[in-house]
Amino acid sequence: MKLDALTGILLIPAVAAALLAALPGYRLTARLNVLAALATFFTACSLFVVQPKSGPYLLVDDLNKVFIVLTTFVGFTTSAFSASYIGHEIEIGRLSPRFVRFYHAMYQVLMFAMNLALVANNIGLMWVAIELATLTTVLMVGIYRTHEALEAAWKYFILGSVGIALALFGTILVYMAARPVIGEGLYAMVWTVLVANSAKFDPALLNVAFVFLLLGYGTKVGLAPLHAWLPDAHAEGPTPISAVLSGLLLNVALYALLRFKMLLALNPAAIAPGPLMVTLGLISCVFAAFMLYRRRDIKRMFAYSSIEHMGIIVFAFGMGGGLANFAGLLHMTMHSLTKSAIFFAVGHISQVKGTQKIADMGGLTVTNPVLGWGLVLGVVAIAGLPPLGIFMSEFLVVSSTFARQPWLAVILVLGILIALGGLFMRLNTIAFGEPRGPTAKAEASYVPMFAHLAIVFTAGLYMPPALVAGFENVAKLLG
Amino acid sequence: MHSLTFDVAHMLAGSLVLVSFMQLYQDRLYALLNIYALHALVLTASVAWQAFIQDAPHLYVTAGIALIFKAIVIPIVLHRIIVRLGIHREIETVVGVGPAMLLGMGLVALSMVVMLRVTAEADPLAREDLAFALSVVLLGLLMMVTRRNAVSQVIGFMSLENGLVLAATGAKGMPLVVEISVAFSVLIAFIVIGIFLFRIRERFDTVDLQALDQFRGERE
Repeated sequence: MKLDALTGILLIPAVAAALLAALPGYRLTARLNVLAALATFFTACSLFVVQPKSGPYLLVDDLNKVFIVLTTFVGFTTSAFSASYIGHEIEIGRLSPRFVRFYHAMYQVLMFAMNLALVANNIGLMWVAIELATLTTVLMVGIYRTHEALEAAWKYFILGSVGIALALFGTILVYMAARPVIGEGLYAMVWTVLVANSAKFDPALLNVAFVFLLLGYGTKVGLAPLHAWLPDAHAEGPTPISAVLSGLLLNVALYALLRFKMLLALNPAAIAPGPLMVTLGLISCVFAAFMLYRRRDIKRMFAYSSIEHMGIIVFAFGMGGGLANFAGLLHMTMHSLTKSAIFFAVGHISQVKGTQKIADMGGLTVTNPVLGWGLVLGVVAIAGLPPLGIFMSEFLVVSSTFARQPWLAVILVLGILIALGGLFMRLNTIAFGEPRGPTAKAEASYVPMFAHLAIVFTAGLYMPPALVAGFENVAKLLG
Repeated sequence: MHSLTFDVAHMLAGSLVLVSFMQLYQDRLYALLNIYALHALVLTASVAWQAFIQDAPHLYVTAGIALIFKAIVIPIVLHRIIVRLGIHREIETVVGVGPAMLLGMGLVALSMVVMLRVTAEADPLAREDLAFALSVVLLGLLMMVTRRNAVSQVIGFMSLENGLVLAATGAKGMPLVVEISVAFSVLIAFIVIGIFLFRIRERFDTVDLQALDQFRGERE
């Protein structure tokens, strides 16, 4: 195997994971973790300069380049946030040094698994990578070993495993459909070969396969009604993991779904995958919007907000067509950046307050102005108010839908507005009013949070033409 | 007109579905565990037969994993865990045995209808294998939702996974089958270690998942 950027984004996290598992001392390992994530990010960026050759196992094309760069970027900023977050957790004795070593190693294993899932050209390999990513996050969700954390990890584990099992059945069915056309063996599972021959596959088999894949990977995307694991896993794990789960892992599962959607779209006799995705997306969006109102735990609330946004994204990709795909991609990018920024803020807030209960927080803009206003800005962004990036993408989703299916657009807007109400109701309690709970200063690193918010803010006002052209190109690829 | 190879494969896959049904009505953990070991044994035979008729030696590895890991190691470890946790008495089922069996029959009928219809053009061996495999998968799912006990949910998941291995080995010439069965074994090892290491009983006082569900961090 030749050493290039493609193997680099896999090798760096793998080597870093081994190193981090062996090295003691959290200061050193936290820095090494950041360094490895940064190196992976730079390597990923170099994919745009020199595009490595794709083989039967690994693949780089315009679609996954976007995902890889986003994943490695958020992976890097989260590792920077995680360094200060974990430092505090050690100080208050919530995590022992042994667990921190394990945590850092797992963080890099997770980065490896996500990168592998994104570059896999073989649908079996992609499945194995997503399984690995699920396992590592299960371990990290349960790392606090509290009653709630273990329950969350168990629930995530069982539901995630069922999802993954269904996805494997779908993968086997795709192979069965491909075998008569491509022949036995490796190439009947290689995505590029599958796409080239998809039109000749048995449509009935493909249909059944897609239903399994949608249910299987859809569980990992967190689509309602398969979302039950998501709020618990977000709430009970360490906050950097909540940020990575929401910002990245959901995207990776979505990416898998998109690959299979492209496969189906090329077969004229197969069912259109769009309407299925539109339905699940809308249900998730509206359901999660209502659920926002009854949340008492701050991390659970933002977990439901993730379900809502994944719903919008799946809806946009389900609608298909150049504009809707463009909007979906943009929304996915903006959501990843904004939601991880919010979790960075929430992590420090819950450390200051010593709790995640919304009722015990209050007046943050007075007691901790930087954190408080950071959170306000993040929530304003995630709720989709102008002029921030999410407003742009939501506007594009809604307007492109209005032109084709006005009724669906009405439901979608309703969901977005309901979510906006829920978010602001809770934000009012947390950020304004009487200060409640401890008001100590946070030893926080604000750079990752504000870096994300700055990007989201800029994207709302101005997008570089090169980026727009790149997204348009990918949107066309998605069909 | 079917050949002997087909009949044997058919019989073995069919037996796997039958053993799945047997799991549904076991109301004691030890018995359930023994039936699971039987399930894994039937799977081993089925995979080995596929390896033989497809002339695919790598499938013997999968069969070996099924035999050693699933039929011997896992049941023994789980047996010890059950003793350790002192939960060897009865299993609570959410729905009764009768309705569970009826639901199971419905699911098998469903998978037959779906799979046989869509695979009309595939070769008969793979076709029936796939239909049986889906039945086993669905029965495993049914078991997971009708049980509240963590150990029996895990057994449900493992039998679901056996169904997937059956499907993967039945799909002639599918690459990565061995890798996937290894990946699944790792997954299962994780679950079993999870039950044991996390000592669910110590933390939760019970392995009854219904009791766990009552706590969601949402109560005041």
